[in-house]
Amino acid sequence: MDLNKNTYVFFFSTAMVLVVAALLSFTSIKLKPLQQKNIALENKQNILSSVGIYVSREEADLNYEKYITDSFVLDSDGQKTDIDISSVQLNKETKKPKKEQNMPLYISNIDGSEKYIIPLRGTGLWGPIWGYISLDNDMNTVYGAVFDHKAETPGLGAEINRDFFEMPFNGKKIFDLKGDFVSIAVVKGGAKENDYHGVDGISGGTITSDGVTAMLKERLEKYLPYFENKMKENEVNDIMNFVEEDINLNDTINKLN
Amino acid sequence: MSQKKEALFSKKNKKLITDPLDDNNPITVQVLGICSALAITVQLKPAVVMSFSVLFVLSVANVVVSLLRKFIPSRIRIIVFLVVIATLVILVDEVLKAYVFDVSKELSVFVGLIITNCIIMGRLEAFALGNTPWKSFLDGIGNSFGYAWILIVVAFFRELLGSGTFYGYPVLEKLGIYNFGYENNGMMILPPMALVTVGLIIWVQRIRNKKLIEPK
Repeated sequence: MDLNKNTYVFFFSTAMVLVVAALLSFTSIKLKPLQQKNIALENKQNILSSVGIYVSREEADLNYEKYITDSFVLDSDGQKTDIDISSVQLNKETKKPKKEQNMPLYISNIDGSEKYIIPLRGTGLWGPIWGYISLDNDMNTVYGAVFDHKAETPGLGAEINRDFFEMPFNGKKIFDLKGDFVSIAVVKGGAKENDYHGVDGISGGTITSDGVTAMLKERLEKYLPYFENKMKENEVNDIMNFVEEDINLNDTINKLN
Repeated sequence: MSQKKEALFSKKNKKLITDPLDDNNPITVQVLGICSALAITVQLKPAVVMSFSVLFVLSVANVVVSLLRKFIPSRIRIIVFLVVIATLVILVDEVLKAYVFDVSKELSVFVGLIITNCIIMGRLEAFALGNTPWKSFLDGIGNSFGYAWILIVVAFFRELLGSGTFYGYPVLEKLGIYNFGYENNGMMILPPMALVTVGLIIWVQRIRNKKLIEPK
């Protein structure tokens, strides 16, 4: 048989494509549930490690129930909505106009104080990057951060998911002393000592590092209305506590008298 | 198969495995797969992962193409190779994502790199298309190991001199070398130094192995 006859070439390529397509779609459909379960567990694992709780993927579910006390979705004015948080996909949200975006937020309780966990999503050099950053209840100090990526260069940009890159975020501030929002930047060549808004970049991974900077700024900015409300609330609470203490003090003095 | 049956590991077959390690090394002699050797030798770990992935894909692709060699129309053979390689790589990726998620995360970017790795394409065209499945399989194994050892040697030096670590472990820091004013060489992290390192390996190899020097 002549292998180079047009009819045979057509026949061969059609058969090949059909076989390959069937094989790939079959595997894809069969394995999808398992893959999605892995991804969901990994998300929980990442949320937990952003507040300093490191667990294996198998234990993520259990610990998530234990440490994450609340989770909800905010609208662009920083008001709580009743949208289901598991239905919010950040990659789709970030493409919507600013006013229509919904912002998921997780709240965790660590050693009696509340941490606010903000999911992140941005672009690196080759594809999407994402992560979680957690703030102390002053809405300013970073409690922890985790990052991950789809396809950054191994050994360079891909290093954003390593401890040496993530740890320096702890204790950084997102507002300056005047109370203006400045976010946190990844600084090429290394951040200066005492820089509360910068962390060291990765040599050879500048575009990914810049992606992290842009992602932090873009995402955190969206939560500013909520932060402001929360800070006011905190202030009121502080005054209330103070007044309460005052009353208690007065009571004690009265009793003594 | 008109010839008499050959022993599974006859002298000729053994050569299929040993040749690519030195005399016919895919990177230093055939000059295949240079691009991936530059891209992923910043650290040892990705280099090792890549080596295993290539080992699997190359040996299986070689066998598949060898089995089909009498049916593949030569006019579209390159397309057929591409489809075989891409299918294999995606299948592996899907299975890893479902069962060994951590490994698949490690592999993420290599999926694309494996498909475009010229070693695989080159061996399919040069060997599998004209040889029996068993021989092609051995050729795949041999070439992957030839590729792997170069990758690992390059990655070892680049990681040690560039980041001061060995497989992620900070050896130089533990040895206290930094106290003498030593600093990591940032240039080792960048791709050009991989090319220089491969060049040095080729140099050393040719000093040792005179067969490789082309007659003037």
